[in-house]
Amino acid sequence: MRYWLLLFCFLAISAHADAPNVAAAADLKFALSEIAANYEKETGRAVKLTFGSSGNFARQIPQGAPFELFLSADEDYILKLAAAGLMQGDGRLYAIGRIALLVPHGSKLVADSELKDLGAALADGRVQRFAIANPEHAPYGRAARAALQRAGLWERIEGKLVLGENVGQAAQFATSGSAQGGIVAWSLVKSPEVAKLGSAALIPESWHPPLRQRMALTRKAGDDARRFYEYLQQPAARAVFERYGFSLPAK
Amino acid sequence: MDWQALSLSLKLAAATALLLLPFSVWLARRLAWSQFPGQGALEAAIMLPLVLPPTVLGYYLLLGFGGASPLGQAYQALTGRALVFSFDGLLLASLIFNLPFAVQPMQRAFASIPRELREAAWVSGLTRWQTLLRIELPLAWPGIAAAAALTFAHTLGEFGVVLMVGGSLPGETKTVAIAIYDQVQAFNDSAAAGMSALLLTFSFLAVMFVYRLGRAGARR
Repeated sequence: MRYWLLLFCFLAISAHADAPNVAAAADLKFALSEIAANYEKETGRAVKLTFGSSGNFARQIPQGAPFELFLSADEDYILKLAAAGLMQGDGRLYAIGRIALLVPHGSKLVADSELKDLGAALADGRVQRFAIANPEHAPYGRAARAALQRAGLWERIEGKLVLGENVGQAAQFATSGSAQGGIVAWSLVKSPEVAKLGSAALIPESWHPPLRQRMALTRKAGDDARRFYEYLQQPAARAVFERYGFSLPAK
Repeated sequence: MDWQALSLSLKLAAATALLLLPFSVWLARRLAWSQFPGQGALEAAIMLPLVLPPTVLGYYLLLGFGGASPLGQAYQALTGRALVFSFDGLLLASLIFNLPFAVQPMQRAFASIPRELREAAWVSGLTRWQTLLRIELPLAWPGIAAAAALTFAHTLGEFGVVLMVGGSLPGETKTVAIAIYDQVQAFNDSAAAGMSALLLTFSFLAVMFVYRLGRAGARR
């Protein structure tokens, strides 16, 4: 019996060994994991997901990283890689990202979508640390900065910012108990794992340049990667993106 | 070149070395010259940061220093600031992950001082403090200098723990290693290249210095 179990484990591992590597922006952590699980259930085919900062993947792919599909949080990265001849065409727009103010339980901040209480809290000292992704290289960090500038809070909050390496770390910082809140991806806030840690408010779409998220197959992509890429454009997958708070591009 | 990040790293390295060395002298002497119950476990614990993934250390530090932890709350009550995402938090983390680099070379240096030499000093009428200052420290200085150089260089180079507990605050927790990472991700290669070359040179010189000290110690 024990040997059968071992054999089964081995087969399970080797079945995954050929699964294509997919690089995905950190804001997709929960949504894409769910889509990949559905895909595996429906087709029996697996994909291997790696989540991280889009900028990091954009550096790794030209160096020969073994990714067959790249879902970026910022379409510029895809378009630049495509211009360099590293992708199979320009790919597809798959979602428009939104940002939200996330306030952990126990914080004295109130989550409102126009950041009014954040402004008041900056004035009366209720905010000491505020988390966003690093605007130097993370698309969600740039969107958070734009929203804070739009609200007229940037100069006052700049000295209190803690910068996550990607938007996932920003969400972790925001809910760590050491910060009073943060601006993170709405898709992360909508996941049960993050939702139970605090309350959130969606920031108006017009407050920041649109987070146009594009995906494309790399030059290394095989048929398995292509099938998953097609699946991501089907209604079932689009419904999951939508449920996690992404706006969908017109088909 | 991010001068602010560089000066922050130098400040962190200097503060770590200054605070850690006296404590390590005391600890290394005890480990070298006396035996006590639990010594093996203590020595293993001191060496842990050498083999532990920085993420494990970072995770426990986030738990241990965070706003929800007793230490984090006590610090907040005392200073009105959070310990995580601050220079003080980074310094505390730095003191922990540098322990093996400070203690190990010193322990070996003190262990190589013959017991008869210290006994001779005592019967000659020197007090324990005088023995420490005039006999032990001069004999152990290559080990102490090596510990200082390693601690300093290792603090400049630490990345994983700082990434997890720092939050990349300019002038507060954005060390030069983090600045390099941010610049690489922002496709700003020229800035990353300058800082990387500087760190490479400095680390090389520090290790060379340690080896020379090792030879100086061996010649005695």
